[in-house]
Amino acid sequence: MENIFIVGLLAATLRVATPLILGTLGELFSERSGVLNLGIEGIMFLGAFVGFTTAKLTGSLWLGILMALIAGVIAGLVMSFMTVILGVNQHVSGLGLTLLWTALSLFGFRLIFGEPTVMPTIDTFPTISPFEGIPYLGTIFEQRLLTYIAFALIPIVAWLINRSRFGLKLRAVGENPEAVDAAGLNVYWLRTIAQMIGGALMALGGAFLSEAMLGAMSFGIISGRGWVCIALIIFANWKALGVLWGALLFGGFFALQLALQAIGVKLPYELLLTLPYIVTILALSIAGRNVTAPSALLKPYQRE
Amino acid sequence: MWTRALVPFISIAVTFLLTSILILLAGGNPLEAYYYFLIAPLSDKVSALEVLVKTTPLLLTGACAVFAFTAGFWNIGGEGQFLAGAFAATGAGILLQGVDPAVAIPLMILVSFIAGMLWILIPALLKAKLSVDEVVTTLLFNSIILFIIAYTLNNVWRNPITGWPQSPEISETAHYLKLIPRSRLHMGFIIALAVIIVEWFVIAKTSLGLKMRALGLGKEAARFAGVNVNRTLFIAALVSGGIAGLAGGGDIAGIHFHLIEAVSSGLGYTGIIVAMLAGLNPLGLIPSALFLGLIDTGAQTVSRAMGLPIYLGDAVQATLLLVTLSMFVILNYRIKKA
Repeated sequence: MENIFIVGLLAATLRVATPLILGTLGELFSERSGVLNLGIEGIMFLGAFVGFTTAKLTGSLWLGILMALIAGVIAGLVMSFMTVILGVNQHVSGLGLTLLWTALSLFGFRLIFGEPTVMPTIDTFPTISPFEGIPYLGTIFEQRLLTYIAFALIPIVAWLINRSRFGLKLRAVGENPEAVDAAGLNVYWLRTIAQMIGGALMALGGAFLSEAMLGAMSFGIISGRGWVCIALIIFANWKALGVLWGALLFGGFFALQLALQAIGVKLPYELLLTLPYIVTILALSIAGRNVTAPSALLKPYQRE
Repeated sequence: MWTRALVPFISIAVTFLLTSILILLAGGNPLEAYYYFLIAPLSDKVSALEVLVKTTPLLLTGACAVFAFTAGFWNIGGEGQFLAGAFAATGAGILLQGVDPAVAIPLMILVSFIAGMLWILIPALLKAKLSVDEVVTTLLFNSIILFIIAYTLNNVWRNPITGWPQSPEISETAHYLKLIPRSRLHMGFIIALAVIIVEWFVIAKTSLGLKMRALGLGKEAARFAGVNVNRTLFIAALVSGGIAGLAGGGDIAGIHFHLIEAVSSGLGYTGIIVAMLAGLNPLGLIPSALFLGLIDTGAQTVSRAMGLPIYLGDAVQATLLLVTLSMFVILNYRIKKA
């Protein structure tokens, strides 16, 4: 009994952590290039909507993922236009875009599906079990392909940011854009690429929720997960590998709460759900000035 | 300077052009839609008063954003402070059964303001004492209050008969007075206007306001000029939170009379749009909140008359924010940066 509980918990943790990993990696690209993207909550919502709607209308889940990725890239371009090209305040642009993408998604949903009494659904991605038949491992690793991709992306992104030439430029543009410009590289273009990659990953996180976890689109499908990603970045101290531990910790917490509820343990689960937020605030307070945000974060770059 | 005054009008025009695309996609006539958005709500008394009802909380959440942003404190937590005010006002209102309105109403106002202040207290302290980024902390506090409200509505205040997550009704003696009989317009509207005038006075005419403005222009320069940076940030943040709390309390005491989870539906975030549209000028909040209140009301009219999704209103508001921000830059006038 206890084993089944723990195995189920671990499986759920991986599932719940997936959209958090994707969103946080997306935000990581954005912030390492010097742009805080508060549009994340809205981009995830947009990804969930576009992914679901495409899958529902065409019957192809993967086409849904593709369209969500494209929507994310476009959302990244718009964010870049506002904050990188025009240099508008990043907080307000990001929040404004969250409101815009959410409103557009809800508008589109109503337009396409009307106000149905029964919400439209799709069949979600099937699970893949590489360890089928092996006790414990078989059950824990009975996940969707996107979950494996999300976890595989962590070392890939870590390598890309820390070891590749592109990563070097990306980090430089987030720390010292003047020097990057002096070296003859295009600061605006580099930051725009970071926004496009970031937006795509955020939207993919949203599409995972609608196409893999729920099989439906709902008003509260993101319900603050984007804000959790903003917190996770700080938790991870702007390092890709740190995202893994942060997402597992947060995911594990949500999963534990769900699992305890499922076996009928009476808990004030809403109050428990505030704990990850409180822990983040505590971590922020303790780390305080020691966190190493990219130096040029929040600073629009202007050529003299 | 004259171009600066034109920015809102140019932005409104550009926003209408852009959102026409949505209306065309939905198979509607943009001109007809904008008639229902902007003219129809003002053409009869009932809906014109409804515009003022919708404007009331926006005046206050806008004032919340202007006060903090002026001092360079990026309070993104207006939504949470609004909810804290609504939550506390509901609690107080339930306890005030039978208490005379002359006592109950001032208490409701006070409790809402204090609750909003309390909800920004920790982010304000962390910012002033430890330089912890207020954007993330205020944002996280928005989520925390939502969970606390959900818990209370699902357990403590759950309606025992219907099972709905809805609090008991507050005392009738704690209701805000109606300004016009048989309408929903309540004294919260007057409170909001008064807050805005006081806010304008504080920012424009007092030494605290001077310090806040200096701080908003740059921390180092303000410190050099002898401003106590931490103290000023702390005060600006607390007052800002209190004003948002007032908005939440006012919606309970003036409109809803009980608490539901969807009591705000983003009014705190819309306040940021109101504030930016006003160019962070307190008196500018009045036209800007009236305009967004009109769009809120108009979205319902459009939806009823033409069958367009009601979310068109939210899309128009968000587009207006982004277009206005861009226009200020494009027309070469920069809104203060962080």
